[in-house]
Amino acid sequence: MSRIQSVFERLRGEGRKALIPFITAGDPSLSLTIPLMRALVDAGADIIELGVPFSDPMADGPTIQRASERALANGVNLRRVFEAVAEFRKQDGDTPVVLMGYANPIESLGIDAFIADAVEVGVDGVLVVDYPPEECGEFAARLRAEAIDPIFLLAPTSTQERIARVAAQARGYVYYVSLKGVTGSASLDVESVAARIPEIRAATGLPVGVGFGIRDAQTAKALASVADAVIVGSRIIEEIERSMPTDVVPRVRALVAELRDGVDAAGSLR
Amino acid sequence: MKLPYDLPDASGHFGPYGGVFVAETLIAALDELKLAYEDARRDPAFVAELEYDLKYYVGRPSPIYHAKRWSDALGGAQIYLKREDLNHTGAHKVNNCVGQAMLARRMGKPRVIAETGAGQHGVAAATVAARYGMKCVVYMGSEDIRRQASNVYRMKLLGADVVPVESGSKTLKDALNEAMRDWVTNVSDTFYIIGTVAGPHPYPMMVRDFQAVIGRESIEQMRELCGRQPDAVIACVGGGSNAIGIFHPYIPCPDVRLIGVEAAGDGIATGRHAASLSAGRPGILHGNRTYLLQDDDGQIIETHSISAGLDYPGVGPEHAWLKDSGRAEYVSIDDAEALEAFHALCHFEGIIPALESSHAAAYAARLAPTLGKDRILLVNLSGRGDKDMHTVAEKSGLSF
Repeated sequence: MSRIQSVFERLRGEGRKALIPFITAGDPSLSLTIPLMRALVDAGADIIELGVPFSDPMADGPTIQRASERALANGVNLRRVFEAVAEFRKQDGDTPVVLMGYANPIESLGIDAFIADAVEVGVDGVLVVDYPPEECGEFAARLRAEAIDPIFLLAPTSTQERIARVAAQARGYVYYVSLKGVTGSASLDVESVAARIPEIRAATGLPVGVGFGIRDAQTAKALASVADAVIVGSRIIEEIERSMPTDVVPRVRALVAELRDGVDAAGSLR
Repeated sequence: MKLPYDLPDASGHFGPYGGVFVAETLIAALDELKLAYEDARRDPAFVAELEYDLKYYVGRPSPIYHAKRWSDALGGAQIYLKREDLNHTGAHKVNNCVGQAMLARRMGKPRVIAETGAGQHGVAAATVAARYGMKCVVYMGSEDIRRQASNVYRMKLLGADVVPVESGSKTLKDALNEAMRDWVTNVSDTFYIIGTVAGPHPYPMMVRDFQAVIGRESIEQMRELCGRQPDAVIACVGGGSNAIGIFHPYIPCPDVRLIGVEAAGDGIATGRHAASLSAGRPGILHGNRTYLLQDDDGQIIETHSISAGLDYPGVGPEHAWLKDSGRAEYVSIDDAEALEAFHALCHFEGIIPALESSHAAAYAARLAPTLGKDRILLVNLSGRGDKDMHTVAEKSGLSF
């Protein structure tokens, strides 16, 4: 059983939902990435999505693009990301780490090298935003063969046929994009999200995480009551932007702890 | 002799290139577009209306002109110019914009968006949006807005909103990113008019089809003018829409050399250029796999060219395929050579070409003297140079 699967098994047993925070590796600095990852875990993260920066993050909003730009300015590349995961793994053998990014840096490194390194440092899942299932069959199969979960996006506009196509490739969980737009967008309609989730869960047999536009404990709670996991990215990046290097770790920890309370408030209702 | 050619395949691939490398959030919109386009291209009423507007609004067919004085001065092959500069709005861009705007209207989308670098595609999109009574938003890098003030004003006169893009390098590629974000957010009422043969399927195919009118006319006109087809067809390549437009109908004709000319900027060796086919390697950007200018980590790098229209770090995936298959050749011309050809066309022919097109002209000027006087080179003169007055004057140490 993969680390991601065990997390969802355990939470199911406890009647709780998962909280999956996102940060970009190397934002605001490489030296703060490990302390930030640890703070996410301390504050109640079940899985960490670690962003791999790309110069042209087409599916992301301005907040995550800025995080990417800061990370690139700090010299972050996939090697550095793998080093960070390896370092984190020395202290934490349990918390799954999912790399999230775009195809070009991965293909530039080479798919063989990427997968070998991901296995070696203990990466648990990979979400390549611009690899829809029809363009990455071989890549996803190779990941699965190495017991790394290929994570896929589903959108409000995804048809049943597409959900089935994703289901055939995906492992770990699926990431349901809660709205039409890019990461960090403003409005989110919990009811329309709730309406889609049972169908996705049934078709994929996987836990469904919901992300894009979750900005506070209240929304986290509302979504946690309908989904299996709540994914928060832009709001955490904003907190990083508002902080000084000296207080960024405690501030992010406090924010994630609030989101955790929101998620748990929903879990206990069920 | 004709060779079969039927790319892309059903999933939008030209060999290993092209495809649909986008987030799931865009898939439904692309599927909708694909179906609508397939339906429209088979509808005689759509085709007839497109032809009508190309004739009476754009001013097609554009003539082919024998640049005799310039050819004589070069002392070799005869150079013919396909005069896309004579189209309404002054470049080939409008061919595609008319087609896509008609498709947008057919799909019931009242709002169109576009990305632009130098502003030519933005102006063409704003023009057809006005013509069809649609709301138009153009995304443009703030750096480009600063450099291309007059085109920004043209777009505003035509009723478009020009949105400055402050992210990344603040140029064309970032404008494209931003337009995609708008599209994914507003997809129910918005049509994205991409200006070149890049982006996810079906864009490279659809934009090519709308631009292929250039090559179809050329085949007829060359037959009339010269009684035969040219020995080589030469076009500049940034994203590659004017080049694909003139190349495509010639792909099945193996006796016609196809030569794409990229921007070498300060010179390929300096690293300051925009020659993705000549000096890049394959990767994934803006929804397709193609040749890209990228660093060792797969990050997209900034490009440099005197002509803003060639300043793009990728290239249409069909060009990547034509390069690998050997059907087309890709060469590069630096800023200085392009300027020289610009001045030569002004001097010998009384034609002020766009700096983009000057790259194609420059390669023709290099090739012509090596060939006999009975050889024929057809250059796609993709746009006029009025927009480049400031740049050329500056290079000559003048200012307005």
